[in-house]
Amino acid sequence: MIDRLLSGDRPNSRPLALVLIAIALALAFAPFLFPGTKSLDTAARICIFIVLVASYDLLLGYTGIVSFAHTMFFGIGAYGVALSLSALGASFTAIVVGVLGGTAVAAALALAIGLFSLRVKAIFFAMVTLAVASAFAVLVSQLSTITGGEDGLTYRIPRVLTPAYKLLDMRILDVRIDGRLLAYYLVFVSALVLFLGLLRVVNSPFGRTLKAVRDNAFRAEAIGYRVIWYRTAATVLSAAVAGLAGALLAIWIRYTGPATTLSMEIMIDILLMVVIGGMGTMYGAVIGATLFILAQTYLQSLMGAAEHATAMLPLIPDLVAPERWLMWLGVLFIVSVYFFPDGVVGRLRSRG
Amino acid sequence: MSETAIRPKLVASSTGDRLRKAAPLLLAPVMALAGLIAIADPATWLTLTVAGLAMGLMIFIMASGLTVVFGLMDVINFGHGAFVSVGAFVGFTVLAWLTGWTENPAVMMNLAAVFLAILAAMAVTGVLGLAFERVIVAPVYGHHLKQILVTMGGLIVAQQLIHVVWGPDAIHVARPQTLRGSVIVFDAVIEKYRLFAVAIGLVLFLGMRHMLKSTKVGLLVRAGVENGEMVEALGYRIRRLFLVVFMVGSALAGLGGVMWGLYNETITAHMGSELMVLVFIVVIIGGLGSIEGCFIGALLVGLLSNYMTFLAPKVALVSTIALMVGVLMWRPEGLYPVVKAK
Repeated sequence: MIDRLLSGDRPNSRPLALVLIAIALALAFAPFLFPGTKSLDTAARICIFIVLVASYDLLLGYTGIVSFAHTMFFGIGAYGVALSLSALGASFTAIVVGVLGGTAVAAALALAIGLFSLRVKAIFFAMVTLAVASAFAVLVSQLSTITGGEDGLTYRIPRVLTPAYKLLDMRILDVRIDGRLLAYYLVFVSALVLFLGLLRVVNSPFGRTLKAVRDNAFRAEAIGYRVIWYRTAATVLSAAVAGLAGALLAIWIRYTGPATTLSMEIMIDILLMVVIGGMGTMYGAVIGATLFILAQTYLQSLMGAAEHATAMLPLIPDLVAPERWLMWLGVLFIVSVYFFPDGVVGRLRSRG
Repeated sequence: MSETAIRPKLVASSTGDRLRKAAPLLLAPVMALAGLIAIADPATWLTLTVAGLAMGLMIFIMASGLTVVFGLMDVINFGHGAFVSVGAFVGFTVLAWLTGWTENPAVMMNLAAVFLAILAAMAVTGVLGLAFERVIVAPVYGHHLKQILVTMGGLIVAQQLIHVVWGPDAIHVARPQTLRGSVIVFDAVIEKYRLFAVAIGLVLFLGMRHMLKSTKVGLLVRAGVENGEMVEALGYRIRRLFLVVFMVGSALAGLGGVMWGLYNETITAHMGSELMVLVFIVVIIGGLGSIEGCFIGALLVGLLSNYMTFLAPKVALVSTIALMVGVLMWRPEGLYPVVKAK
């Protein structure tokens, strides 16, 4: 049963399996285990980013393509829901329309970019996506009549998903059973389904062909696989899933703006999560996203403490200030690409 | 064997063939002409054209290093933008020290201050390029995916270090006295600094062309782009040559940074990575590894974005993407593909 759910792709390492089970249980019972708005928000973000990072890993780790447009697809999904909720009012129909519309646009754009830039060299793709994604971000912030510009869009979601709605009058384990809880489980279940779906894709014959394309495109072509078709298909699939993750984010935070969905910082976060967790394995996305978001939420206060502790020394307080957190991530990133290209998952697996 | 049999035959190429070869060269004038028709007002057009040329040449300065580095060693440096930012900040610091010189109305004093700023910026970014190549790029030769990731990491670290040294805010850069204001040519208002930028850009392009076409180093670089293994087999150390090219490319990016900083009069740590978008578009349009293609691509992008900023400001950046798409449809490897497909 579990084997079927995981599509036969077992963690293959006891410590890894234990960590994964712990993360899954923690996320499944997050509202009860860690009460409080901030921790619930963190848990939902982890769920959403696991999907986002896993879909990126389909591209980077499994197909060997570097894309800088993943946040663009993420943003398209989020804006799809945001626009349709603003235009059609807070209803589930609006959410469905937004999700379908956003995902379709993301997939179509990915198809277009893939077809004209993957034709020649995979390396073009990295540059083209970087250019297109930046242009898209500029466009979104300039078309302020539609997208709200830099301020973004705030909208209402169906009342069933807000804290104002009470499902049961009693409390379970001292937790109110309200719409917010429902919203969390909507995010959690969707993320779980999408993740297992991606796991199924990478373990299918299609996923194996992607790996063949990654390892030796020339040979894959020689055996008779149309490399461009496989690369483009992977791009489109990953863009569609990223769009869905964006839609989940838009529903969860009830706000969509360039800073939360389209910025280059988020793209870099995604890259870091994939590399830290481990490229070319879906479980890496789970571990990378969890570690990274926990660190992002809780480590920065630790750095603030370090800044105070070293306030007497020259230069060092500047280097450990919480605003410099990105710099240490950059260093960590370079070091992990050199020394742990397989990430946490690779390390745990090689120990047996 | 009779002598006539091996005498080479010279077949005049047909007009169509010649046109096809020259077509990329015609693009920039065609673009300028189209701009004239679309804008309809010659004075405005002249202002915009000079602005476009200035912008294009500055982008060319930044992009040339990147494209040669790729051509020679198959290394794609996503951290190139870091050198642009660092160059701009070093140049700003030097200009700030020399306030006495820049506020003085004497032309020579002003130019000397700018050249000192440029020299300092190029020296710093050149050394930084050396360190970047040794520490960050060297371990990942021949591995595109890791190169992209690692150089991206290098870019983040460099930007953050700029924040540590110069603070996180945007900084205002004052142009020296002589380069402020504008002149009026044929009713068109032209900023003096833009003329200065065009002059420097043209001198650099011609110098670079001369260097590549008529000197031994240039010959080795071109041969290295064509077939690196063969150059090595003939006894030249291509690694060392590459290191020099990488340093020069970084120094040029630093120069571009100073010039862009003076052009915009504000500098931020992110300016480099923002400019990289245009630089990549230019490099792709020109064909990876080609200096001439890079030059034409830069002029096209500069002209187009200035015309579009005037005609339809909201879609200026999108129009350059459209240009790139158009060129890739026409020539999938860019205008002048020199690097064998890898």
